[in-house]
Amino acid sequence: MDLVVRLVYMLIFPGFLFLVFYGMACDWVDRKLYARFQNRVGPPWFQPLADFIKLLSKEEIIPEAANQNMFRVLPVVALAAALTSFLYIPVWDLTAFYSFPADLVVVFYLLTIPTLAFFLAGWNSTSLFAALGSLRTLIQLFAYEVPLLIVLMGPALLAGTWTISEISAFFVQNPSLLGVNVIGLVVALVAIQGKLERRPFDIADAETEVVGGTFTEFSGRLLAIIHLVVNIEMVVLASLISAIFLGGSFGLGPIWGFILYLFKTLFIVTLLTLLKTLVARLRLEQMMKFCWKYLAPAALFQLLINIVVKAFLV
Amino acid sequence: MAPIKIPFGPQHPALKEPESFNLVLEGEQIIDTEVKLGYNHRGIEKACESRNITQCIYLIERICGICSHSHSTAFTKAVEEIAAIEAPPRAQYIRTIVAELERIHSHLLWLGVAAHEVGFDTLFMYAWRDREVVMDLLALITGNRINYGMNTVGGVRRDIDSGQAKQVLESIRILVERTNYYLNVAINESIFKARLSGVGKLPQETALRLGAVGPTARASGIARDIRKDDPYAAYDQVGFKVVTDEQADIFGRTMVRVYELLESYRMIRELTEGLPEGPIAVKAPRKIPAGESVSRYEAPRGENIHYVRTNGTEIPERVKVRAPTLANLASIREMAKGGFLADFPIIIAAIDPCFSCADRMIRISGDRRGELWNWEQLRDYSIKWYQQRGVDLSHMG
Repeated sequence: MDLVVRLVYMLIFPGFLFLVFYGMACDWVDRKLYARFQNRVGPPWFQPLADFIKLLSKEEIIPEAANQNMFRVLPVVALAAALTSFLYIPVWDLTAFYSFPADLVVVFYLLTIPTLAFFLAGWNSTSLFAALGSLRTLIQLFAYEVPLLIVLMGPALLAGTWTISEISAFFVQNPSLLGVNVIGLVVALVAIQGKLERRPFDIADAETEVVGGTFTEFSGRLLAIIHLVVNIEMVVLASLISAIFLGGSFGLGPIWGFILYLFKTLFIVTLLTLLKTLVARLRLEQMMKFCWKYLAPAALFQLLINIVVKAFLV
Repeated sequence: MAPIKIPFGPQHPALKEPESFNLVLEGEQIIDTEVKLGYNHRGIEKACESRNITQCIYLIERICGICSHSHSTAFTKAVEEIAAIEAPPRAQYIRTIVAELERIHSHLLWLGVAAHEVGFDTLFMYAWRDREVVMDLLALITGNRINYGMNTVGGVRRDIDSGQAKQVLESIRILVERTNYYLNVAINESIFKARLSGVGKLPQETALRLGAVGPTARASGIARDIRKDDPYAAYDQVGFKVVTDEQADIFGRTMVRVYELLESYRMIRELTEGLPEGPIAVKAPRKIPAGESVSRYEAPRGENIHYVRTNGTEIPERVKVRAPTLANLASIREMAKGGFLADFPIIIAAIDPCFSCADRMIRISGDRRGELWNWEQLRDYSIKWYQQRGVDLSHMG
């Protein structure tokens, strides 16, 4: 019985199937809102699914000079890492199914794997544009990863734990302390925009500069998997932000908790889309400057606030 | 890291037409650029030599989709000069109105493309939405959104009635409002500004040496505008100022174009309100007397030069076109030097390139050296060329 529950959890809900479809739904919300903000009509609701099916049916071309196995395996590695990271994030409940002490670090680590896999995939493509794109991916990683980790430390410090479920539970007990982390929330939203390689940080796959960027040589099923990974990463990151900065489901029980979860994640996606609409793409060196000059100090400032609050109020 | 050479074009998402730029990169920095023309040569000059003047106007108009009116005006102006006829004042005014409307739609298009090149798609969508206002206006006046077919030797082919004039003034009011908004966006949007300022520097001396024209030259502080320097149509009867900028970078070029939009709105308002009465065309002879003429025209992208030589028949003996892009292409190499790869698309876009207008036949190699072909021979050659590659175009007229 336990095994069946575990399998359902991993494969159907809230594991693989839910993530795939919710990822597509978020993708659609993102695209539709982006279109409406730009005075366009935007795609119909089934567009992400249709795109996915279309890509599955397309021919898969692998460059001759590339390492064939690596080329095939890397997107799947990225997918596996993104899926696994979701198992430690609470969805409808305050505790995640596979929660264990200090799982925040593991989730953070798992979320870095897709980026590294994409870097390797681009590098392995043996194409000039893919190589340029993957180098940019890697350089970008050093810009947003540090501020993101620092701001995730803030709430963890307040709650006195590295476990996502416990951080969530802590803020449900002390909802007023959520207000302390406002700067952190903003920094985290900007940093995950970088992690998802969305405007203004879509430097690695800026089509007017490096054509398809990291994924120039990918096609067919492999490209479909890559798009899936990006969508799932968005859901995972939105869920992580919701659990850590917004108190997750607030312990309202399965149904209301789940509805609250959907509401919060979609709210985060909306904020990300708004940010994407409002800005132009930065140059690589401008992004480094921005992340180290403004984002990292802001994250450190947030940490300082949290230390003070922890010392005197909690 | 050793310098790498990457091909930017002839097929590249940032290029709207085929053109080859080979970039020598050191990391992300551009060391050198190699510009290669010749991917889009259409033989229009040659084709003109086997068509009569009226047919030529149609062909010339199709050199460029965006500045079609500028080419046909420059051509008819040259022919009118040889034939010693002058278009009536009303025709001159209508030509000028259409020319300025064309400048507006070209500059709005450019604003959108430039925004897209730096990844500011929201501005791109907005600018192109508002461009529809002026496109509708052009369709209302001329019947077409592009390739207006307004010019003929001796005048224009369609009149502007009072209802259309009213619509022009109404649409201009909307456009002024929108353009002021974009001006505000360009000045205040920090990321957009950061992407454009200091990029693609072209100092005044370099711009002069490389013969830059149009907004590219004006943004380097060179007040070079054919509308002022060598007035044609009704430009000597309308007040406007030549917009220049001292920044010599892409931000300066953006400012020049946006302020030019505001100048154009004022001009159109003045021209539409003061449209003189009278005929819109005079009768021109079919056979143009022998002679030659050079005609200059300030297209949205810069100085457009047409040379026409006639020999007393209906058919011109030689037609030569120098589109503004050709004059500006040389400065791309200078502008890109030391810049980043990320800036290259916007550096190209900043001259508002129209590669097919400017394209040149580069070489005649092998045993065909020095041989002159007529239109039929060129046509046969191209049919054979395509047949060898499995495409049969021989049935096409």
